[in-house]
Amino acid sequence: MSAITADLPPSYLTHEFTLRSWLLSTDHKRIALLFFASITFFFFVGGFAATLIRLHLINPSTHLLQPDTYNRMFTMHGIVMVWFFLIPSIPTTLGNFLIPLMLGARDLAFPRLNLGSWYLFNVSGLLAIYFLVAGGVDTGWTFYTPFSTLFSNGHVIAAAVAVFVNGFSSIATGLNFVVTIHRLRAPGLTWFRLPLFVWAIYATSVIMLLATPVLAMTLALVAVERWLGVGVFDPSLGGDPLLFQHMFWFYSHPAVYIMILPAMGVVSELVTCFARRPVFGYSGMTYAMIAIAVIGFFVWGHHMFVAGISTFSAIVFSLMSFVVAVPSAIKVFNWTATLHRGSISFEAPMLYALGFIGLFTIGGLTGLMLATLDIDIHVTDTYFVIAHFHYIMVGGTVSAFFGGLHFWWPKITGRLYSEACARGAAILTFLGFNLTFFPQFILGYLGMPRRSYTYPPDFQVWNVLSSAGASILAVAYLMPLFYFAWSAFRGERAGPNPWRATGLEWRTSSPPPERNFERTPVVTCPPYQYDPVDGSYVAQDGVANA
Amino acid sequence: MLISYLAAWIVLLLLLGLSVLSAYLPIGSLHPLVNFGVAVTQVAIVFTVFMRLTSPPRIKWVFAGAGFFWLLFLFVLGVIDYLTRSGFPPG
Amino acid sequence: MQYASLAQQGETAQLGMWVFIATEVLFFGALLFAYFICRLSYPEQFALAGRDSKILLGAINTVILLTSSLTMIAAIELVKRGRRHAERLLLLTALLGVCFLGVKGYEYVQDFQDATVPALNFLLKPGYHPPAEIFWIFYFVATGFHAVHLTIGIAILLIMAEMTRRGRFSPGYYAPVETLGLYWSLVDAIWLLLFAAIYPLGRAAS
Repeated sequence: MSAITADLPPSYLTHEFTLRSWLLSTDHKRIALLFFASITFFFFVGGFAATLIRLHLINPSTHLLQPDTYNRMFTMHGIVMVWFFLIPSIPTTLGNFLIPLMLGARDLAFPRLNLGSWYLFNVSGLLAIYFLVAGGVDTGWTFYTPFSTLFSNGHVIAAAVAVFVNGFSSIATGLNFVVTIHRLRAPGLTWFRLPLFVWAIYATSVIMLLATPVLAMTLALVAVERWLGVGVFDPSLGGDPLLFQHMFWFYSHPAVYIMILPAMGVVSELVTCFARRPVFGYSGMTYAMIAIAVIGFFVWGHHMFVAGISTFSAIVFSLMSFVVAVPSAIKVFNWTATLHRGSISFEAPMLYALGFIGLFTIGGLTGLMLATLDIDIHVTDTYFVIAHFHYIMVGGTVSAFFGGLHFWWPKITGRLYSEACARGAAILTFLGFNLTFFPQFILGYLGMPRRSYTYPPDFQVWNVLSSAGASILAVAYLMPLFYFAWSAFRGERAGPNPWRATGLEWRTSSPPPERNFERTPVVTCPPYQYDPVDGSYVAQDGVANA
Repeated sequence: MLISYLAAWIVLLLLLGLSVLSAYLPIGSLHPLVNFGVAVTQVAIVFTVFMRLTSPPRIKWVFAGAGFFWLLFLFVLGVIDYLTRSGFPPG
Repeated sequence: MQYASLAQQGETAQLGMWVFIATEVLFFGALLFAYFICRLSYPEQFALAGRDSKILLGAINTVILLTSSLTMIAAIELVKRGRRHAERLLLLTALLGVCFLGVKGYEYVQDFQDATVPALNFLLKPGYHPPAEIFWIFYFVATGFHAVHLTIGIAILLIMAEMTRRGRFSPGYYAPVETLGLYWSLVDAIWLLLFAAIYPLGRAAS
């Protein structure tokens, strides 16, 4: 640690060097880094599963993995990536680090609860590692009954408990953010002067709080049924397997909005800064995020169109799914309008943001296709669905996460990263991603089912392309490990505001002192007061070109 | 102030009695309405009196209401499927 | 640390507990949704099964819990006014909670003897069909989770009672006790809803 901070001014990093001061820290900035370590670990666990899957699928006949092992691999990939990487990623790392800074506060409302959330996450992570190492689960991340409750021979209860505990971590984090944003804003920081990243985290937290408990109860019922051998989803008692699906998707659809909203918040910060323009339609952007958060609760049945729900209810859910696309589209229009006549520069964060806009649009449009009942009947449970959600979650969320990491890296570490390496990684990510997942749209259209360890030989060329793309993507994701590590030890010192951005987080030193601000800032300006003509700007505390 | 808590407690007990007694009356399909109606009323009294929902900060109302309001989404959109299935109810 | 006053910190803690309460409403609400769908699907079987629930014990438990809410709020009022021995009321509240658990335990024993415990001892009575067992699964999951919440509340009550005895709270600072009071009333409110779902069923002679 001292090697990293040797030539940096006193900050939250140098405050204390003991292991204890890190593991028992209630400083939101340190906790953000603790979470970053945890989710990065799980990113590699989930990535390992993906690597095996793509290697296996290169050849449909030389089974690299046994069929049962293959099932456990895609289940592991789903569970780990959804609950142990994507859902926590931006909120617990960037959110934890930045929310108090963006609000001009010293810390979150409940700092000890924040630390507790990290420990809960680790407990759930240990449980996850246990059941993965003990042999895994083969139900898919969706735990559909009655297979998961009565017939699977995997470690379903352990997996359910791991996710249940993980939910507590989510709820604790969401609770902290909601109360903090309500109560700890700096003087002058009204709701409609908040950076869009803060709004995004707020909307995400609302979803986390209201959806996760339903998942918790659903998994509890699954665990009870598996343990006792009888349960409420058991058809032999008259129970309905679809009841499980209703309850599961009531959480799991809003969960995908938990995964995308923070990314949208990051993109708004990046696009405004690197186009040197205020965001187009600030209030439209905030209302859109609230609309996504609310309407996102009305659409869950679109995961069940062919499962046996009534036609009437399918029509209702299809209609709602079209409606929820509207606010997302508004955001894409507004980002585009922000870029228009902007003074655009292509630093790595901007490359990731631009990639996000394109890939999210493709993912969103294919989502509309899936919301259309007649199309969904043909492509449901095929690779079309897989491609759709990977465009959003990987092309979207992971791109934005990387963009945000690069953007705020100087603030977090006090150092600059190698811009050339980072741009290379960003471009490689975009190319690798499209090569991996675009062929999967074609595969789905051609009829290749998901979660299948083999396929007809006709599909092989697309599978090989996809696996080739995955290998490029893997390199692109590994590159930051190296240049970020180099930056942490040898990177050039960053000033307080290397990007000349307007947020309050840039009005303190890089890295920030332990108490964030020497004096509580007073906010007099809305966010994103950039001038594209000369690149000048006014920070939120009223200081020009700070 | 304290007397209002005592009064609320008495009202809650009376409502409990009402719910129990009504269970033994032959009111047919009104039973769930009465029982859950009583329960909801009791919860409202607990929230407003014992949990002092009416005192500042006012934002508490939003949080308290949000939970119940969101449940409506689950109940309404969920039951639509069952009510419009053919062959429902099965038992 | 960062709060303008203790009062502001207290209000913030209250707000945090209300947010938590919203999550609990959804947790038990999800269970009630499942119950609702199953009861809609099998109204007759649920009514038959409900007839075997012990309404007297359930009602007694409701009275115990409602009274404990009264003692809890009285304890908070004592602390707010700087009066002494508030910890006695906190301990009384905890004792009432323990009584609730005792009655519940007795009720579980009775349920076992009546062969209405799924998986452990369940017998389908003549005229009953398999969906009746779904009612009893709900009964145990619902009252089980409620009991867990109650036990946690009792544990925190004991801690708070000790802190009160040591004079840690005063009219200027009583936020933790007040926050616990919110939690305790929540446990009460959840029980009121569960009571309606479990006990008054099927009593009227058909």
